[in-house]
Amino acid sequence: MSVTLEHVTRTVDGVPTIRDVSLTLERGTLSVLLGPTLSGKTSIMRLLAGLDKPTTGRVLVDGNDVTGVDVRRRSVAMVYQQFINYPSLTVYENIASPLRVQGRPREEIDRRVQEAAKLLRLEPFLKRTPLQLSGGQQQRTAIARALVKGADLVLLDEPLANLDYKLREELRTELPRIFEASGAIFVYATTEPSEALLLGGNTVCMWQGQVLQSGDTSKVYRQPETLRVAQVFSDPPLNIVGIEKKNGSVQYAGGIQAPATGLYAQLSDGPYRVGFRAHQLEVANGIAGRHAFHATVTVTEITGSESFVHLNRDASNWVAVLQGVHEYEPGHVLDAVLDPDNVFVFDAADRLVAAPRSS
Amino acid sequence: MARIDLVDLAHSYGGNDAALESYALKPVTMTWRQGGAYALLGPSGCGKTTLLNLISGIVTPSRGKILFDGADITPLSTQKRNIAQVFQFPVIYDTMTVGQNLAFPLKNRGVAKAEVEARVKHIADLLDLTPYLGRKATRLTADAKQKISLGRGLVRSDVAAVLFDEPLTVIDPELKWQLRSKLKALHRELDLTMIYVTHDQTEALTFADTVVVMHDGRVVQSGTPAELFDKPAHTFVGYFIGSPGMNIVPAVVSGHEARIDGHVIGLHRNYGALPAAAKIEIGVRPEFVHVAAPASGLLSATIERIDDLGRVRFARVRIGDAKFAARVPPGFSVPDNDVGLVFDPAHVHVYADSRLVEGVA
Amino acid sequence: MDKTINQKAWFLVLPVFLVVAFSAILPLMTVVNYSMQDTFGNNQFFWNGVGWFKELLDPSTDLGGRFLASLGRNLLFSAIILAIEVPLGIVVALSMPRDGWTVAVCLVILALPLLIPWNVVGTIWQIFGRPDIGLLGYTLNGLGIDYNYVSNEFDAWATVVVMDVWHWTSLVALLCYAGLKSIPDAYYQAAQIDGASRWAVFKAIQLPKMNRVLLIAVLLRFMDSFMIYTEPFVVTGGGPGNSTTFVSIELVKIALGQFDLGKAAALSLVYNLIILIVCWIFYTVMTNAGADRPEKQGAAS
Repeated sequence: MSVTLEHVTRTVDGVPTIRDVSLTLERGTLSVLLGPTLSGKTSIMRLLAGLDKPTTGRVLVDGNDVTGVDVRRRSVAMVYQQFINYPSLTVYENIASPLRVQGRPREEIDRRVQEAAKLLRLEPFLKRTPLQLSGGQQQRTAIARALVKGADLVLLDEPLANLDYKLREELRTELPRIFEASGAIFVYATTEPSEALLLGGNTVCMWQGQVLQSGDTSKVYRQPETLRVAQVFSDPPLNIVGIEKKNGSVQYAGGIQAPATGLYAQLSDGPYRVGFRAHQLEVANGIAGRHAFHATVTVTEITGSESFVHLNRDASNWVAVLQGVHEYEPGHVLDAVLDPDNVFVFDAADRLVAAPRSS
Repeated sequence: MARIDLVDLAHSYGGNDAALESYALKPVTMTWRQGGAYALLGPSGCGKTTLLNLISGIVTPSRGKILFDGADITPLSTQKRNIAQVFQFPVIYDTMTVGQNLAFPLKNRGVAKAEVEARVKHIADLLDLTPYLGRKATRLTADAKQKISLGRGLVRSDVAAVLFDEPLTVIDPELKWQLRSKLKALHRELDLTMIYVTHDQTEALTFADTVVVMHDGRVVQSGTPAELFDKPAHTFVGYFIGSPGMNIVPAVVSGHEARIDGHVIGLHRNYGALPAAAKIEIGVRPEFVHVAAPASGLLSATIERIDDLGRVRFARVRIGDAKFAARVPPGFSVPDNDVGLVFDPAHVHVYADSRLVEGVA
Repeated sequence: MDKTINQKAWFLVLPVFLVVAFSAILPLMTVVNYSMQDTFGNNQFFWNGVGWFKELLDPSTDLGGRFLASLGRNLLFSAIILAIEVPLGIVVALSMPRDGWTVAVCLVILALPLLIPWNVVGTIWQIFGRPDIGLLGYTLNGLGIDYNYVSNEFDAWATVVVMDVWHWTSLVALLCYAGLKSIPDAYYQAAQIDGASRWAVFKAIQLPKMNRVLLIAVLLRFMDSFMIYTEPFVVTGGGPGNSTTFVSIELVKIALGQFDLGKAAALSLVYNLIILIVCWIFYTVMTNAGADRPEKQGAAS
């Protein structure tokens, strides 16, 4: 089974929320809709589900036009950011509810509920009601209820956003296994690039109602077609600096000049914008072949495994990441270096012209 | 500014004769030095909010005492304790301007007008609120409102401690780190005792000098971010701090060796007599174990999946029944089935009944 | 949410539409028609155009005089009862317990006056105030206070006002109580920490948070008191003289007493228009007061 959106737009109160989106999703695939809030992820999901009608364009299932077909007649299941469960039913009944609506025989309901509970590790909680469960368990119940239906299309709209970060981490590592076990088409919306990377599959990068780039997650991450895609697919935010290439050397905005080695070598003369992620900026000095910058520390964010050093350089804000716990005093000036082989270069039209060779 | 002492402090919402196990906060004795920045970190239900409410006076403890600078303030009401509290959502007086909001606590205490103005100006300056002093408080954004809430606490020069109850919950993610760095800067400048409750490790580790990790009503470990990361005193701390959390696997430990699944790993220290009936485990962070080609000298594990986070790759493997995460060195091509695991002995810790065992060097 | 359009729903509305048309729209059109005629209901119509409307606004005519006087009485009455009921309702709401079983008891007691049919309310007070058999009348006269709502204008007004307060303060109290309950505990804790006195807590936290609720309460009470008919009519009949004759009572006198249907129709239309305008003003004020939206850009760093 495949689902296609064909040149779909949606305008609400004169404001276009979705602009000319075309997308095809194949059976057994996972697609991650990645983009900041209000980029159109939820609108796309609602169009796929049939909760909304596109202003123009068509929605096709297996080649058949289902635009305008009511959601109740489509094979869709949805999981939301808020844990939506029936508060008065037990976990067992919650998971069983779509099957009861379908009128399945009792033994089949029991078997399928037990399977779903096992997959989501809810077996000890089947007799409890949702309010007696933690947030993570409530969301698992919602996911189990979505899966047990056996729908062809399962939509998850930022399902982990309301969980404590540790619960989020736990559930996130289990999701790929759960998705593989199913076989339906999965669409997962998120604002966090790390979730897209962890889930794998395909990523659809969205921005202001348009699809910027879509394809294999790893490829979109390593080969962002435009600066905007690189920005959407970076957390912490992408660091950007302008350069001007002339006569075999590059002049960075803010004054540093360096020979045009590495990826800069094959560029033609002219202005470019260089984007680099936090781990591509190293806090170090005196490494041969690197381009060094002086920057002032504004704050250090410590997550335990990593420390994010926020820097101020030439009125721009950069972020570098270090392994382990490191703390720098705000106001401390340090050296940060860039490896000319390890940056993304975008031309004046913000298109990618050079990227690090993949490792 | 006050040094805070907790003496055998405990609380149960079910009444004083409830079983100790059911206490929301189990007995704790600690000292928090004056001017320190502390974070109470733990999952929902671990007792951190209970502890905060005990200190602020909203809840009277079932037993134990709280001392500010040596004086027992347990029987005192919230007003008399001279603390300031910032809540999860901004609490501001809607009908007043920003300036009037900040002046409110001082006016209530009958402070002279000139001094009120001076203090309000000083605090507004510290919090970057000076341009908004004349504006109605309701019209500002959520992060500005939280600053006003904070300002009301700081404006009293005799405030003993400032308590924060998950204050960044309603702030936009892009602005969170700005407010966080502001809090840190304020702490440095004003030398106040600050206590910050959160379930987010980044907030706790960024803000505090000392992080108090709580679990199930107990204080599990209290230390600097580096200490908590490098040497967790409890398996819960190892699991909760760090992303991904620490690997904990059962093992048989004797002397300088640990035996997992029949295979031997060298340890950095000597572990002599471990209690026989205890559950022995070793803990090691995924950052300090890496995968390599399978070899006879290395512990063998089966690959389940590789998590590619862009800047680092982690391998999720299985050793027997136990799940394990290990770093994948850059450029390493992971074989399909089995890999060998290489441990960094300096970062392998031994736990008995979930508590760290100090070996002998 | 944009449901997929289903035109069948219109057919379900049709019966309601027909009933409303029959019982409301057609009679309304009749009234409008009558308001421009001179008639005594005997099927004889003399065209009067806007004559009645001109008379209504002219205090020197009989119709205009009566209308403007009764309008004045209505406005005075509404002002008095609002001035009493709103603060009283707030005080009652503040005094009510916030949790426990006593809350249910208080709510039931508050609700009782609201459940009594309005003409029964009037009858209760009519008897209650009688100097011979009424508890209040008898007691007051026994204490030496000369109280007779039939012959004394001030006593009649006082009785009608107290009756309305007795009847409707509970509504204001219940609305304010609902508003108060929605204030999170953290506000009270913050006020404690800030050392605020009881009065300061009321002024700074409770009153602002009850703003929207109070607006609704004021709107409801104003509308109802402006349209009041049953209770004062049962108690005083509009007397003594016409001292408690409100617009509604005046209207009934003209329409059903004098059968002067043209004048009555014009009067009722103007009455309706005044109420509509007041409601519209309140609505606009309410929706604008609710638009206290914080500025998103550049408010603070």
